Amino acid sequence: MVKSRVLEERLIKIYKSGEGFFWIGGPGQEAFDVPLGLLIKKGQTLDHDWLHLHYRSTPVLTAMGLEMIDGIRLMKNLVTDKHTHGRNFCNHYAVREWNVAPITSPIEVQYSMAIGTAVAQKRHGGEGITIVTGGDAGTAEGDFASCLIWASRPENPLPILILVEDNKWGISTAYLGQHGEKNISDRAKAFGIKSAVVDGNDVEKSWEAISEAMDYVRNERKPYFLQANLSRLYGHSSASGASFIANEEDCLKTFENELIKLNLITKEKIQKIWDNFQAQSLEDLETARKESPPTAESIWDFVYADSENADWRKF
Amino acid sequence: MANVAQAIRMALHYGEENLGVNDIFGQDVGPPLGGVFTATQGLKTTWNTPLDERGIIGTAMGLALAQSRCVAEIQFCDYIFNTMDLLKIAGNTCWASYGLFPMPMTVMTPVGSGIRGSMYHSHSFDAWATRLPGWKIVMPSNSLDAYGLLISAMKDKNPVLYLKPKALLRIRGDELIPGEPEGEKELKAAIDAPLGDRSKWRPNWPKLTDYSVPIGQGKICKVGTEATVVSYGRTLPLCIQAATELEKNGRSVEVLDMRSLYPYDWQMIKASIQKTRRVLFVNEDTEVTNFAEHLLRRTIEEMFYVVEARPRILAGKHLPGIGLNPILEEASVPQLHDITNEIQELLDETP
Repeated sequence: MVKSRVLEERLIKIYKSGEGFFWIGGPGQEAFDVPLGLLIKKGQTLDHDWLHLHYRSTPVLTAMGLEMIDGIRLMKNLVTDKHTHGRNFCNHYAVREWNVAPITSPIEVQYSMAIGTAVAQKRHGGEGITIVTGGDAGTAEGDFASCLIWASRPENPLPILILVEDNKWGISTAYLGQHGEKNISDRAKAFGIKSAVVDGNDVEKSWEAISEAMDYVRNERKPYFLQANLSRLYGHSSASGASFIANEEDCLKTFENELIKLNLITKEKIQKIWDNFQAQSLEDLETARKESPPTAESIWDFVYADSENADWRKF
Repeated sequence: MANVAQAIRMALHYGEENLGVNDIFGQDVGPPLGGVFTATQGLKTTWNTPLDERGIIGTAMGLALAQSRCVAEIQFCDYIFNTMDLLKIAGNTCWASYGLFPMPMTVMTPVGSGIRGSMYHSHSFDAWATRLPGWKIVMPSNSLDAYGLLISAMKDKNPVLYLKPKALLRIRGDELIPGEPEGEKELKAAIDAPLGDRSKWRPNWPKLTDYSVPIGQGKICKVGTEATVVSYGRTLPLCIQAATELEKNGRSVEVLDMRSLYPYDWQMIKASIQKTRRVLFVNEDTEVTNFAEHLLRRTIEEMFYVVEARPRILAGKHLPGIGLNPILEEASVPQLHDITNEIQELLDETP
């Protein structure tokens, strides 16, 4: 959790110092996303989980093993950025060996693509499931409805864990003014999809809720809808200032206080964890500063698979 | 000889048996109907989807991400427009991930006029499609190419949009598909579903073999020396017909079938224009920002001092739709007489 938060705060500093362009990310989602990342069956085949994440999913990937330097390279759009090769915004990851589908800026499209990996997994059998997540505002898009409809077709119910991370905001638009439903998860009931709501700022409750949901999807091969209510700690993106929002619950502080109260860790040890990751992030930044940008010639790489020529000038 | 719909069906069967196609899906694609044009009848991996074009394209993309081969159908291209951003993402996923996620998927959709389809069963999509980098775009004009292009699409590692000229789907070819029985009745008895109850019917597929039309390779359909006509899809047979008519008057017109819109066979087109020094591009999509304008741009940039007459485009009128009345439809998109007249004017133009 600390590693992900430090990475996000480093990315914000890179943006604010003019060393990177746009920042968007997920500080405030660690209590839900880190358990999610730790519970994922990680790998590259249909026996492993397929992930359709969004640009606030950095804690999920950090829990899966993402190194901070990879996030920094992406932020600085360097040739060493192994996710997009300098082509996409920060926190838009793509990891083939972990079945992490390329994260896109368009909201909610991942919910319609998730149907496809789940169809392949249903046919394949085994325990691999598809996990899709996004924010509350995007649930107004048609792709979200598509996911509910296709996942629950009586002809072929799909093993999809449908997540919504509800921070009550869509950029600057408040959820309460746009949504008549009490909980977004209520929509799942209309499709006979089992659902639950969890306090996504609580690590233990999140772990339990995700575990239960995953067990159901893995074993029953049917969809499950889990809504996590959580915080958005640095606003929507750099477009809204990317400054700390003090009046929202900080799940890291909540969790640290809980651990201290239970005598499982000391304040000093916690500080050391923060210091170590801070030092690592600075060291990684220094490394990244020495790395090159992509070349102009590389724009034609991988328009088609295997970089088959796509430039009409050469037809 | 197989008609284009039967050729598509046979190619899909070949794909199921030999190319690892696991899913052929879309609205009414599965049994009992097997597609509104019967192009997916009798296949073993077909299934019906909800009436949800975004779900159909999204599902194809998910299957492609998992490297599971599929062919998805949008019932008419008139209904593909609400999937534009998904099509864009399908085209940029390999690029955005620097090759990590190729997207091997085929999407087929009927296009164009010719069946009195009114405003929402007559749209073209070729000009829109060619503005989707990362996709390959193909469009057959006869049964053999319909078979060979679809097999190439199903083998490709990239998203391929297979545009079906709906006016030609019932037109029989004049070349046998490899493995196809020679008799039309024999083929029909073997692979066409009977009318009425089909629940116990199973097709008796001929022993089909591999036949690929390479994507990016056009075809010289008629050799000529005085002018070049470049077309594809519904208007291609009309161009051949027009050239044949003009031949009776002693005029020699070369007709090229692009077959692939992107990537496209520029070397074939260029060689022909260099030979004839006159060119007309014909298609039925709307004329403003039409794909032919790109080809005309290349013609001007690369052969400005070669051509002896103004390069021309004959395309659909820039209208919001195609009206139902045949008079309206025929006035909206190129017909045989329009093509013949345009070629004649091209031939008659004096530098």
